[in-house]
Amino acid sequence: MTVSPSVVACVTGVTHRYRKALALDDVTLEIPAACRVGLIGPDGVGKSSLLALIAGARRIQTGNVEVFGGDMRNVSYRATIARRIAYMPQGLGRNLYGTLSVFDNVDYFGRLFGQARAERRQRIDALLHGTGLAPFRDRPAAKLSGGMKQKLGLCCALIHAPDLLILDEPTTGVDPLARRQFWALIDDLRASRPAMSVIVATAYMEEAERFDWLVAMNDGRVLATGSPTELKADTGTENLDSAFIGLLPDDKRAGHRAPVMPARPSQPGDAAAIEAEDLTMRFGDFVAVDRVTFRIERGEIFGFVGSNGCGKTTTMKMLTGLLPPTAGHARLFGKPLDPHDLATRQRVGYMTQTFSLYAELTVRQNLVLHARLFHLPREQIVPRVRKLIEQFDLGDYVDALTASLPLGIRQRLSLAVAMVHQPEMLILDEPTSGVDPVARDQFWELLLDIARRQGVTIFISTHFMNEAERCDRMSLMHAGKVLASGTPAELKASRGVATLEDAFIAYLEEAEGGQPSPAPRAATPIETDTGPTPTGFRLPRLFGVARREMLELWRDPIRLAFALLGTALLMFMLGYGMTFDVDELRFAVLDRDQTPESRDYAQNIAGSGYFIERAPLLGLDELDARMRTGELSLAVEIPPGFGRDLRRGRPVEVGVWIDGGMPFRGETVRGYVRGLHYQYLGELAIRNGMISPTAAAEIEPRYRYNQDFESFNAMVPDTIPILLVFIPAMLAALGVVREKELGSITNLYVTPLNRVEFLLGKQLPYVAVSMVAFFGSMILAIHFFGVQLNGSFAAITAGALLYVTATSGLGLFMSTFTRTQVGAVFGTVVATLTPAFAFSGLSSSVSSLQGMAAVVSDIYPTTHFLVITRGTFSKGLGFAELTTQFAALAIFVPILTVLCVMMLRTQEK
Amino acid sequence: MRRLANVLQLGIKELRSLWYDKVLLGFLIWTLSFGLYNAAVSQSTELRNASIAAIDEDGSPLSQRVLGALRPPEFMQPVFIEFAEVDPGLDAGEYTFTLHVPSGFQRDVVAGGQPALQLNIDATRMNEAFIGAGYIQNIVTDEITRFVQGYRGESVLPIELATRVQFNPNLNGVWFGGVMELINNITMLSVILAGAALIREREHGTIEHLLVMPLTPGQIMASKVWANGLVVLVAAALSLIFVVQGALGMPIAGSRTLFLSAALLHLFSATAMGILLATVARSMPQFALLMILVIVPLNMLSGGNSPRESMPLAVQWIMLAAPTTHFVSLSQAILFRGAGLSVVWPQLIAIASLGAGFFGVALARFRRNIAVG
Repeated sequence: MTVSPSVVACVTGVTHRYRKALALDDVTLEIPAACRVGLIGPDGVGKSSLLALIAGARRIQTGNVEVFGGDMRNVSYRATIARRIAYMPQGLGRNLYGTLSVFDNVDYFGRLFGQARAERRQRIDALLHGTGLAPFRDRPAAKLSGGMKQKLGLCCALIHAPDLLILDEPTTGVDPLARRQFWALIDDLRASRPAMSVIVATAYMEEAERFDWLVAMNDGRVLATGSPTELKADTGTENLDSAFIGLLPDDKRAGHRAPVMPARPSQPGDAAAIEAEDLTMRFGDFVAVDRVTFRIERGEIFGFVGSNGCGKTTTMKMLTGLLPPTAGHARLFGKPLDPHDLATRQRVGYMTQTFSLYAELTVRQNLVLHARLFHLPREQIVPRVRKLIEQFDLGDYVDALTASLPLGIRQRLSLAVAMVHQPEMLILDEPTSGVDPVARDQFWELLLDIARRQGVTIFISTHFMNEAERCDRMSLMHAGKVLASGTPAELKASRGVATLEDAFIAYLEEAEGGQPSPAPRAATPIETDTGPTPTGFRLPRLFGVARREMLELWRDPIRLAFALLGTALLMFMLGYGMTFDVDELRFAVLDRDQTPESRDYAQNIAGSGYFIERAPLLGLDELDARMRTGELSLAVEIPPGFGRDLRRGRPVEVGVWIDGGMPFRGETVRGYVRGLHYQYLGELAIRNGMISPTAAAEIEPRYRYNQDFESFNAMVPDTIPILLVFIPAMLAALGVVREKELGSITNLYVTPLNRVEFLLGKQLPYVAVSMVAFFGSMILAIHFFGVQLNGSFAAITAGALLYVTATSGLGLFMSTFTRTQVGAVFGTVVATLTPAFAFSGLSSSVSSLQGMAAVVSDIYPTTHFLVITRGTFSKGLGFAELTTQFAALAIFVPILTVLCVMMLRTQEK
Repeated sequence: MRRLANVLQLGIKELRSLWYDKVLLGFLIWTLSFGLYNAAVSQSTELRNASIAAIDEDGSPLSQRVLGALRPPEFMQPVFIEFAEVDPGLDAGEYTFTLHVPSGFQRDVVAGGQPALQLNIDATRMNEAFIGAGYIQNIVTDEITRFVQGYRGESVLPIELATRVQFNPNLNGVWFGGVMELINNITMLSVILAGAALIREREHGTIEHLLVMPLTPGQIMASKVWANGLVVLVAAALSLIFVVQGALGMPIAGSRTLFLSAALLHLFSATAMGILLATVARSMPQFALLMILVIVPLNMLSGGNSPRESMPLAVQWIMLAAPTTHFVSLSQAILFRGAGLSVVWPQLIAIASLGAGFFGVALARFRRNIAVG
């Protein structure tokens, strides 16, 4: 396909699968440049996959994608054009860093694109002013409202003035006012940079009306393309919602009709299902819900309408008893809310905002589990589950894993689960968020049926205005407060507007101080980056990543405290506790002789300092029993006639029993006993004026480097390598995998950031923190424990630097290929615990290892650093004598880094 | 009855979740089979291949006899070096021991001059240094004694020593290492599995879903304890039979059933401890660090790695609050010394009460923290 300059992206025969599920089915498309293109269609039809492929965030499976006329399969081409593309993935603030401030987030992206400090400042100021975020520049991203998060996401996307802006459902879950502001921003931006192309996926059909060119998608295929007017004309419909439904294949459309609202028979004087009075919830100094009051009657459908983060969910959680309110009261079915009242829970069904059924169970298993948990009588479970499957049309999915279901079906299952015990009231928190129009209508039909025919009270929250329209009564919520309550008609009438959306906006503007909305404008036209395209390795980007990672660690003081104080704590525990001294051994004597000689022999053992004598033994049975309990490590039997025979020079035999249950201790005891025995013989001979053959020569043991041979002096330095393997590895292990789980890994995929910069940048802060831990443990060792450092401080510090680089690298390595945080934790435990304790030469000598352990030991960094710490602390060595170990560590680090880089993907699968 | 049914149902759910997570399962199998085997066979504490250098200035039959007795498998063949090479060799860690036989040694021995042999030991290698030094002293003394006896025409010492090692006659370190590794793995797995299961439910929001149902936090916790405990117990039993008894060939002195029952009790307290940690940590990264801070001392200070009675009293006291301490001690009693219930009941009671304590504190924290989100 030839690419004309008027085409920004060209997709040819692209098919994409996730395991068995087909996301894109042979899609061919030419997307015109310099205009606003909208991707419309239900959830799970492949919109996001298509956008991710165009952005270069996903690996192309089959087919071709060309952007700006170049092949997106080509790695170096992708790197070149990364700076011309900006991609904002789906989900509120998904590629943002929640603990970082607004400024730091944008600043990070600026660094990724290699902008100098002054330039960055200027651009950030312009963007923050333009989007109205300037007053919040120091607020952590996680504490922004949904709309603000999306604006921040936009700032991050625009920092490098891209030629192609790809937005995946940027306004889903955002309040109407913020939505309106968001699109005004985009329009301004386009006005100042007409050449910029914008591709947007959206679930709001009314938004799609504003786009220049639309792609309607369903089931991984393109249904139609064209301007909104063309699409409406082609289907002969008046709005895009209906146009889309008209475009659907007949079988999909079958049975679809807009839900009809049967009027609610008015039942004056009805008892209230929920009464809330001045409900307030504070988290610290943040007021999430501010004196909210409302009343829901039995059988009513009551809507809570507002943006994400306005307090809807918190209010619902208070009503379910999940959160005890800071102030105010609530009554359920006329009774004060009591979180411990299990009987009330039996009458309420709750559906949380995020899908919270067990994804690893099948549809039927989920239903049966909940039926059992609600104690439906055994014989009713099967019919009830069958009825629900039928009622909620889940027949095709009964044995499918819930994880594999499309979102719409999952929501139906969630509702079915919430209904399993036939509750009198349903509390539904944004049940239709992210569900396509057809599925949403089906869902509402079910709700209406439940409410009207079964008389169930429904308390539902939503940010879709057309859904709000269907509620009997509703409350408009914003920033923790109820702005207004009433029937949809009343609300519209009170503001004199035609639509609920306009009414809501009017209320919002009023709430924000009577003035019209701050009308953010992308006033300063943003210059296109014209500098050369830096691909290859760039240090500033590495530091950008490092700085961000450090900030994140800094904002998580608990993790930092665990890392630093934990190191000290472990050092105390291990330094004091870990010991290979063997003493305080309990022994007892079975003295069948009871002569001065026999007592003398026993005294020789008791007086040695290694043993503590216990009550004497009376017989072999007792000897056996007391050894079995572990009371005695050693038992000595002196035979009858011992003294007499000894005096007469007749050979005698003393029997000793040693507890071999713990071989190391048994071995030591055996050595002690023989030594003491020989010593006794020597003394005996001297008393008789002779030299015992056992004393013919003397052996002078000299314990080098630790004269007193106290394990304390040796153990304290030994704890340092141990501490510096676990904590750096564990800190780093969650570094990458957490970004994978939370979604910000996309920034690696679509910005010029390369893997080396990303990995080393991540590693840097952990190395720094570990070095702080190292210095702390050195201070403890030297000043608190009083262990002397005989060798070179520079050498041990250099060794530690190499070592923590290696161990944090080990953690990073684990997280490059695991997919979940639990997996990374497990992997790291396996990769550190046994090798560090058993294979490093800590407790048993390296030379005694065999097989796989010997191989691991040769490579493992702890082995080498242990030699360095022992060498510098005890032996007084420096660099010159430890070159082998330094070399081993120095080789390990780059090899590990290369492995990490190889294992880390540059695109999502 | 209803409560029990809830706990049962939630536990079954827990098992299904675990079954679904193949990475976790793989990890579980690895640690209790190959991981355990490898750690056990390598982790022997007996002396093997210790490196030794000899300075033989005497060159007499006696000195050759003495040095010739230092043989594999305990020692590597001694390397003969000059006196000046001793310090560099020790510094570089080439030898753990050097034995210096001065000139005129044999002559002095025969003459009753009680000459001295100098043994240098690299004390930084604690374990090996310690046991090796004892070995060398005994071997050398034996050789000299025999030499002198032969010379004097004597045959026996006035007092002979008959040494019997009980419970593990060959002081086989692999058996011991295997059992201790099994214990460490049981503890680690229970803490991680139960703790991570709770953190995961919280991170995925399913915990809220459970809390709005007619279920109590106690039931949710109990289900995690029994399900994860059961998985580890089954895995541990298989590992005991096939790896420790099978592949490592260890005879079990006492009752396997008693040991597994004790393990069951230990699993209760270890899983409760995991849940307790999960209520302290707010996220997986925090949990991971916290877990390391707990697991490492448990591993090192429970008496499985070095003898408990030799630790400072304060540490001994603190470690009484760790269920592993009691479990290690009763495992040694049952598996090696063949002790029965009449011997190990105090440990059983200690483990059970510690478990109940952890469970109670975890429950209180769970009610307060998790329920509040």
